[in-house]
Amino acid sequence: MKKFIAEIDIMPIREILDPQGKAVTLGLNNLGLNEVAEARVGKHITLQLEAESEDKAKEKVETACQKLLANLIMEKYSYEILAVE
Amino acid sequence: MKFGVIVFPGSNCDDDMVYVLNTLMGYQVRKLWHKETDLQGCDFLILPGGFSYGDYLRSGAIARFSPIMQSVVRHAEQGGKVLGICNGFQILTEAGLLEGALLKNNNQKYICKNVFLAATQADRLKPYAIPIAHGDGRYYADNDTLKQLQDNEQILFQYCDAEGNINVDANPNGSLLNIAGICSKNKNVIGMMPHPERASDPYTGNTDGKTLLQKLIEI
Repeated sequence: MKKFIAEIDIMPIREILDPQGKAVTLGLNNLGLNEVAEARVGKHITLQLEAESEDKAKEKVETACQKLLANLIMEKYSYEILAVE
Repeated sequence: MKFGVIVFPGSNCDDDMVYVLNTLMGYQVRKLWHKETDLQGCDFLILPGGFSYGDYLRSGAIARFSPIMQSVVRHAEQGGKVLGICNGFQILTEAGLLEGALLKNNNQKYICKNVFLAATQADRLKPYAIPIAHGDGRYYADNDTLKQLQDNEQILFQYCDAEGNINVDANPNGSLLNIAGICSKNKNVIGMMPHPERASDPYTGNTDGKTLLQKLIEI
């Protein structure tokens, strides 16, 4: 078994109002950063996992994202898988 | 009819629910711990409010994988009755037993207050006055799903004003179509954000919740 690290990003889908992002935008504008037009807030999740190959690791990460880590009604996900020695 | 109130780590409305069903309404009630899989012969399952698993990841997301949920899903698929209130509603959407999702309130606040509910299908002219208490109660579904909910009469409750008008001003959290509660296609799975169990004892000064629960039990 090889060891992998998956770096997963989960973001609210575009069509959905992101009140957290709206509040952060306001905060950034109040800070004087009027150039910031929009902030959107999501989650970053790191998984350490073991798998026979990178493809197998990818399968497991897909399952994790689709079944638990993201709710596809409101969120989308993307990830990167890195092999570790 | 025998009721089962499911207790997840972080549930906090389970005792209120048992009190209302048993002491005030006279039904037989059992508490079912989330690690069990035996429904102990309960016909009507209640997923109470609270903060199961600390609302980590998303409200209701982790509770969905508790051992008892397999039995709940099977019960629902066989036509058994399931009612989820607040966090229970969130768990039912995460489990795919009800459509849509519950997002953060559009005003970024945890809202705890009395609201009025128009019961879309009920033979009742006056809106129900029922408290809400949630941070993630904004009902969302895509347009096709919303249309299907309307066509199949799956929208059970909508936020309204004291006169029963369903409008933007009466919408506390930004829910689409002012949706406060829905049911499954077969009508046996029900989810709602407001807390009828908190408006059932005469000591609370409002027993609309008890009337509403009675109606849901009879559907």
